[in-house]
Amino acid sequence: MPRSGTLGILINLIYSIDRVLTMLPTEQTMTRRNVLNYLLGTTALATLAAILYPIIKFMIPPRIVESSASSVVAAKVSELKPNSGKIFRFGSRPGILIQTPAGEYRAFSAVCTHLDCTVQYRPDEKLIWCACHNGRYDLTGKNISGPPPRPLEAFSANVRGDEILVSRG
Amino acid sequence: MNAWISKWGEWLEDRLGWRAAQRLLEHKEVPVHRHSIWYYFGGMTLFLFVVQVCTGILLLLYYRPSAETAFESVQFIMTQVQFGWLIRSIHSWSANLMIGTAFVHMFSALFLRSFRRPRELTWVSGALLFFLLLCFGFSGYLLPWNKLAFFATKVGTDIAGIVPLIGPFLLRFLRGGDEVTGATLTRFFGFHVAILPAIATVLVSVHVYLVQKHGMSTPPSVDPDKAPKMKFIPDFLLRDLVGWLTAVTVLAVLAAIFPWELGEKADPFSPAPAGIKPEWYFVYMFQTLKYIPSKILGIDGEVLGIMFFGLLGLLLIITPFISPREPRTGRRSLLPVVGILVLVYIIVLSALAYRT
Amino acid sequence: MWQQLWLIMLISPVPAQAAQKAVESSCIRCHLAMGDQLAEPVKLSAQDIHFQHGLSCNNCHGGDPTKDALEEAMNPRKGFVGHPPRKQIATLCASCHSNAEFMKKYNPRARVDQYSEYLTSVHGKKNQAGDPNVATCTDCHGVHGIRAVSDPNSPVYVTNVAATCGRCHSDVKRMGSYDIPTDQQEQYSKSVHGDALMKQRDLSAPTCNSCHGNHGATPPGVDSVANVCGQCHVTQEDLFNQSPHSKAFAENKWPACVTCHQNHLIVLPTDAMLGVEETATCAACHDKGSAGYMAAQQMKSEIAGLQSRLASAREVLERAQRAGMEVSSPIYQLSEGRDRLILARVQIHRFTPAILQKTTAEGESIAAACEQSGWQALAELAYRRKGLAVSAAILLCMIGLLLLKIRQLKT
Repeated sequence: MPRSGTLGILINLIYSIDRVLTMLPTEQTMTRRNVLNYLLGTTALATLAAILYPIIKFMIPPRIVESSASSVVAAKVSELKPNSGKIFRFGSRPGILIQTPAGEYRAFSAVCTHLDCTVQYRPDEKLIWCACHNGRYDLTGKNISGPPPRPLEAFSANVRGDEILVSRG
Repeated sequence: MNAWISKWGEWLEDRLGWRAAQRLLEHKEVPVHRHSIWYYFGGMTLFLFVVQVCTGILLLLYYRPSAETAFESVQFIMTQVQFGWLIRSIHSWSANLMIGTAFVHMFSALFLRSFRRPRELTWVSGALLFFLLLCFGFSGYLLPWNKLAFFATKVGTDIAGIVPLIGPFLLRFLRGGDEVTGATLTRFFGFHVAILPAIATVLVSVHVYLVQKHGMSTPPSVDPDKAPKMKFIPDFLLRDLVGWLTAVTVLAVLAAIFPWELGEKADPFSPAPAGIKPEWYFVYMFQTLKYIPSKILGIDGEVLGIMFFGLLGLLLIITPFISPREPRTGRRSLLPVVGILVLVYIIVLSALAYRT
Repeated sequence: MWQQLWLIMLISPVPAQAAQKAVESSCIRCHLAMGDQLAEPVKLSAQDIHFQHGLSCNNCHGGDPTKDALEEAMNPRKGFVGHPPRKQIATLCASCHSNAEFMKKYNPRARVDQYSEYLTSVHGKKNQAGDPNVATCTDCHGVHGIRAVSDPNSPVYVTNVAATCGRCHSDVKRMGSYDIPTDQQEQYSKSVHGDALMKQRDLSAPTCNSCHGNHGATPPGVDSVANVCGQCHVTQEDLFNQSPHSKAFAENKWPACVTCHQNHLIVLPTDAMLGVEETATCAACHDKGSAGYMAAQQMKSEIAGLQSRLASAREVLERAQRAGMEVSSPIYQLSEGRDRLILARVQIHRFTPAILQKTTAEGESIAAACEQSGWQALAELAYRRKGLAVSAAILLCMIGLLLLKIRQLKT
């Protein structure tokens, strides 16, 4: 916007100066009315530019083509080994993506159902663990030990090419 | 240059017959008197409506109308799209400004008695347009799918469900089901971008045509023949432009300094936020409903409230047919009294709603 | 006749078979007829779990319920015990509850070691020595209207345990001769565990029996407190056991965890506990200039540093958010910084500043990045306002020129 604004002001300036310089004190070449009309014309162009500039820029697609928190690329296939897990952002909350020892991808909300701490994957115990109060969830997200009262919310994880896509439900 | 324009003019006249419209505009005149200022508000409302259509169409390029994606798409517009924040904020602010100028336009037509014969249908189409604008506001408000909008829609459609006889049907029709869900969002989107604009096109065309046909009305205190006239083109139009450009400036300032907030994504399972209120143009009705006792003479208080407002709406539409004729000399007209009472009522109740 | 009808009505929650048995029982018929205090046990038996399973008065008290006459019904030769002496109550209950074969018929998963545990406890030992003041089975579980432990109305349901224990342990007169405090229940109710269980209804929060045991109730020994707390607070226990405090505390016979956090009045720990101020917990033992003092000081400054970084990042981001900028992404990332702070606070229990420093350094870099995003958002805001100023200038120019034109046309 500043570019077109500066441009507009420059255009104004140039035309006004041009008119002033070529001003001859006769009625044929210059009247106050003509000055006003030219100023109106050029400012109108500048106004139009100032309005159209953002509209045109708006219509050009941005670099990141789409952003949807209903589906997120959680990791690349090469990143995640069997019997390991990764925390990723899902919307405004953390999620956990695991690859079971058998090689299956599973994704859950990483928010512990006890007191909202972030859970982690325990490769030594092959389950999901919450460090805050020793809560444990099995690989289906079910709460199996400790304080958590409910299972972890499950997401669906699918492989698309070399990416693992996690989406809600 | 002029020869080139007139050549094209002839070509179009041959095929479209546009000169008739040109002649109409060239001959259109606007009376000048101390109440002339109010003439600008109709055009202002129309201008803001055009702003809404343009910014709305632009938003359509990125908006996604489903419960899973709507909020994120608006967030995307606000953060990733170039000038997305500007277009979206202008759309939200202009909606409010438009309804504001519509209120002014309506009340000025009421107090200046512009609805007298032969302009009764102009008034009727205008009243219907006013309700249409409220529907636009209500349906559009839900589209970002944030917490405030979700609950405002829930409460609003709950109130619709209280209408006697057709209430339950109306509720299901509006919600696309029994509860406010993604189905409601899709449905409101359909209302907002297709159904309501289609109806608006018809009503606006009728309204504007009738205004051109009958010309500008003069208030009873002004003699239409003696009042000086201003040409529409260029005089009135230039003044219109000043007003419209001022509106654009105001919108730009509002968008940059007071951007419209996005809020948090709607979550049907979380409780309603405290102090929930509808948008300002509904708030006086909402506040009234709060004051009505739960039962009056055995009838549900809320039902009475709804019917009261329904009756007011009906009276608004048929105002030209029920308002007192010009009083004989010496008698005061009841109309401005009623009008001021309604205005004061709206202001007082809105103020009360915002004080709590 | 009317008595029988009343009886049936009274005992209606009990299964039909049991109800029939009760009606036939002379105990119930007579005691109910006598009213007042003697009828109390009958009225309570309607909710009693034993009655619900078909047992009756004589299963505990002995005697012959088929006989109406008092001498025959309450005949000691028929095993009538009447009001058992306190020393024998536990044995009486154990006669069924420690019999695995018998208990299997009613609840295959029922434990049968309550009595043997009881005998190891202070309650059990004193009870067997004849002390009438200490708790035995009926004091906690009730005597006639005994409900299952999972029944929220039972005195031993998890949220009722503290009150049940407190009935005796908060009674100053009763506890006078035992030389133990009587403020445990009061302290517990103010503690973070008490709040979690009683107010937040987090049924996983510990109560008396979580740390002291049920039947073998014993305060954990000085050297085993850490194990008890570590049931839930695994990480802290792990770290503590690796820390220099572990050996030092063991040598001095100081209990782990409790020394700093207390045992009943465990409050939410704050950063004020750490450090070298007068009121800090560390300062209570570590003299100025000592290694521990320096470590405490360093850990405190690490944590306070991270906290202030997070706070300033949060402040900038909130300012940007209030101004209408969309900063939900850096705000989310800031929560990762907060996670580091929480981790650092846990790592205090290792009492080794170097370990903390790694975590706080990570947290600080996250906070710095988020704050940067916040400043960028505010800069974008300033850029927008400049853009606004320029376009507003053009628009105002246009409006001005239009007004001039209007004026010109008037003349």
